Amino acid sequence: MDTNYIRRRYLIAWISDAIKPRRDIVMFWQLFTSGMALGCVYALIALGFVLIYKATEVINFAQGEFMMVGAFVAFSLIHFAHVPFWITVVLTLLIMAAFGVLLDRLVMRFLVGEPAFSLVMFTIGLALFLRSVAGMIWSTDTFAFPSPVSGEAIQLGSVAIAPGDMLVVGATALLVLLLYLFFRFTNLGIALQATSQNQFAAYLMGINVEGMFSVVWALSAMVAAVAGILLAPTLFLHKDMGFIGLKAFPAAVLGGFGSIPGAIVGGLIIGISENLAGGFLLPWVKDIFAYLVLIAVLIVRPEGLFGIHEKKKV
Amino acid sequence: MPLLEVTELSKKFGGVHALTMVNLQVEKGEVHALIGPNGAGKTTLFNCISGFYRPERGSAVFKGRDITRTAPHKIPRLGIARTFQNLELFRNATVLDNIMLGRYMHKRASFFSEALFLSKAKNQEVEARRRVEEVIDFLDLQPYRDRVIAQLPFGTQKCVELARALALDPELILLDEPAAGLNSEETRDLCFWIEDIKEDLEITVLLVEHNMRVVNEVADRVTALDFGAVIAHGTPEEVQQHPDVIQAYLGEDDGAAASA
Amino acid sequence: MKFKLKKSYMEDLKLFEYKSDMVGYGVLLVFLFIFPSWAGNYWTYNLTLAGIYCIAALGLNILTGYTGMISLGHAAFFAIGAYTVGYMTTILGHSFWIALPLAGFAAAFVGLSLVLPALRLSGIYLAIVTMGFGFIIDQVILEWPEVTGGANGLLINRPTLGPLSLNSDASYYYVVLVMVILFVLLTKNIVRTSMGRAFVAVRDSEVAAQSMGIPLAKVKTQAFTISGFYAGIAGGLFAPLINFIGPDNFTIIESINLIVMIIVGGLASIHGSIFGAIFITLLSEFIRVGKDALPAFLSQQVGFQGAVYGLIIMLFILFEPMGIYGRYLKIKYLFQVFPLYRKDTFRRERKFQKAQRTR
Ligand SMILES: Nc1ncnc2c1ncn2[C@@H]1O[C@H](COP(=O)(O)OP(=O)(O)O)[C@@H](O)[C@H]1O
Ligand SMILES: [Mg+2]
Repeated sequence: MDTNYIRRRYLIAWISDAIKPRRDIVMFWQLFTSGMALGCVYALIALGFVLIYKATEVINFAQGEFMMVGAFVAFSLIHFAHVPFWITVVLTLLIMAAFGVLLDRLVMRFLVGEPAFSLVMFTIGLALFLRSVAGMIWSTDTFAFPSPVSGEAIQLGSVAIAPGDMLVVGATALLVLLLYLFFRFTNLGIALQATSQNQFAAYLMGINVEGMFSVVWALSAMVAAVAGILLAPTLFLHKDMGFIGLKAFPAAVLGGFGSIPGAIVGGLIIGISENLAGGFLLPWVKDIFAYLVLIAVLIVRPEGLFGIHEKKKV
Repeated sequence: MPLLEVTELSKKFGGVHALTMVNLQVEKGEVHALIGPNGAGKTTLFNCISGFYRPERGSAVFKGRDITRTAPHKIPRLGIARTFQNLELFRNATVLDNIMLGRYMHKRASFFSEALFLSKAKNQEVEARRRVEEVIDFLDLQPYRDRVIAQLPFGTQKCVELARALALDPELILLDEPAAGLNSEETRDLCFWIEDIKEDLEITVLLVEHNMRVVNEVADRVTALDFGAVIAHGTPEEVQQHPDVIQAYLGEDDGAAASA
Repeated sequence: MKFKLKKSYMEDLKLFEYKSDMVGYGVLLVFLFIFPSWAGNYWTYNLTLAGIYCIAALGLNILTGYTGMISLGHAAFFAIGAYTVGYMTTILGHSFWIALPLAGFAAAFVGLSLVLPALRLSGIYLAIVTMGFGFIIDQVILEWPEVTGGANGLLINRPTLGPLSLNSDASYYYVVLVMVILFVLLTKNIVRTSMGRAFVAVRDSEVAAQSMGIPLAKVKTQAFTISGFYAGIAGGLFAPLINFIGPDNFTIIESINLIVMIIVGGLASIHGSIFGAIFITLLSEFIRVGKDALPAFLSQQVGFQGAVYGLIIMLFILFEPMGIYGRYLKIKYLFQVFPLYRKDTFRRERKFQKAQRTR
């Protein structure tokens, strides 16, 4: 009786709280901008999924771990070898590209044509492996990653924006622009697109399809490294940070799991909406909000927001 | 009243008019062939009849019942079985299991009866197996009973698909290019089977076929489609001599010659 | 080569095809029955745990192996079963024997809620949604302390059976053993009747399944609820075994664990589910034994177990996608046909997925 009463009061209070129109505009924008930064990281990881999936049909559950490895590589360069930040970025990208190529050459190549389920499980195994090995190399401690930018939060009206967040958004925008130019105007980018659309036709056109697979693994490992370098200073550096990659899945699926702009928009939607939900609804909803949104969207539109429904022809 | 009557059926895919105002009548007990160049809309017509596509307009009436908007899994229960142009088999199951699935819709035992394997489920299994063995005997599939589909040659796979459709005990069977990809010996067997399906099993057959020999051999009546519209129907001879039909096939050859 | 002349269709429906099988299983049963008397508490406990995972793995194999629907959130069903028993016995004070079936039904019922997305989604989309479902249930466990104990978890006592206390590991072992046998028989019945064939049909070709009169929605719903029921019962048995449950017991790692069991054991196979469950449950024991053989700088690492685990998943998929049971069958076959074995006998069929797409 007693507990029931309390529970009901609690529920009523919660509902009225949730539906009460919020006049807290400042809080809204605050959450919005920080959500955008987080969303950019999701977007970059989702981008990595999409790149690999479109070209090789592998759903890479280890994308978050790629990000973690990238961040640790950069951290080691800065912290132990005292390499300047911008050179570190370049070196990290190169190392991760080599990592991607090696992974493709040594293992992924032998899995071409396996059922999707096997591929998923393989990358899950890879994720566990990378995470454990990272724990062996860099221990299970949490590290502080030095931020390339510092200083006061920037005041936009009454909304304060952390410079780190600004950097994340700016760097993501730049990276997306570069990728766009790459896919649009370079021969390699166009060959990659062709491979993604139709492997067989691309092969007939004389494109080295296997080589393209390596390029794509390298590319998405590099994108993951960028995400890691951006995320680590604002969040933390830990062997388990790759778990955040699991939240990028809803982003990629929302975007249709096959479209690069879709992945970006999906990432932003997830990042912003979960931040708002955490702030305005219940704090604990934040962690699962991405999935609630995803399930709701997929029930209404099984192909995602931007996907094209592919129905099998008989 | 015809067994199956298709009236003014139309189906579009984006800008492609796959079917336009198609009329078709299949009489009980006949073998009816559907011919036409590639892309004429024959498979689309099958898909509309078997519930996989919703036509924009028109209707398909089977035994006096409108089946145009019936879900695909309800179609076989009404007595229509079909095969597919690009084999749709359960590739990782044995031939026996594939054909046993043809008996699925005849099952009577409840979930609990099956879960506990009570005598009702047991008898149902034996009964299904008996019927399946009849079909296996009919199509000479005995040597392949326990083989997994993926290991079988193409001709045998097609045969299994036919067997699976027959195991449904349908009144009307739709065969989509049953002879495509078969060698001449297999094709001859197929012709005999179609005869037997009609004569002994008393199942009405509607088939899509490119091989004119097969059509002449087995079909009682023929309907020709081109660009989604019926251009001729009648006996095999009548249809083959129809100027539009000759034009449709020649046109295709011309096109092929021109592009080559 | 073994051969048997079959004279009636009933003979194909028998549980044991050969007399020798029956003897083999009989011996196994006797072995399992006397196991606690000589193996000691530690191994009895571990085998009980493996038995519980057998039930969950059988259920997951029905869903994933037979019906082809990937669930990366199966620990959620397991959790629902465990917490149903925990709530009913510890907080409400009901008997375990009432709580256990309810645990199964509760999980099956929640499984129904996943059917709505499951009917419309396939493959990877479903995998991601089920993964999300796992996260959501995990969060609910944390945020609903009145029922679940929240982060503090719940204490659960071993049940009693009439006057009998099942407090000892050996006595609880027998409870689980009986349940495992029942569930193996149930699974066998499911896969050898029309229901199991319909699952396989839906997995291999939805289009053809429909043209056989199989209602996709109904069959997928069945698979999800049956699978949820198994996991719920397994969870319900799990809670009293380990005495204490908290949110940490049911994370995504646990879901992956379950999937790995059926992959390592063998998809769409009863034997495979059992082999896999035993192998993975006892893996940490094996690793502990194997550790001593390795140099200390490797084996003393914290992440060693995780790394081995990840490696095992990758190696199985690369080299033995049919799992332990597949390997067992191959070796058996090799002996049966001894001089005639060809390298291609078990060649894998590969599909180039792009070609299967419409666009
Ligand atoms: N699912 C579909 N989506 C888009 N177009 C389709 C689809 N199915 C058939 N078509 C189009 O409809 C036309 C008729 O195809 P089809 O019925 O397969 O021809 P046929 O079987 O006579 O060779 C073709 O132009 C084909 O491209
Ligand atoms: Mg066709």
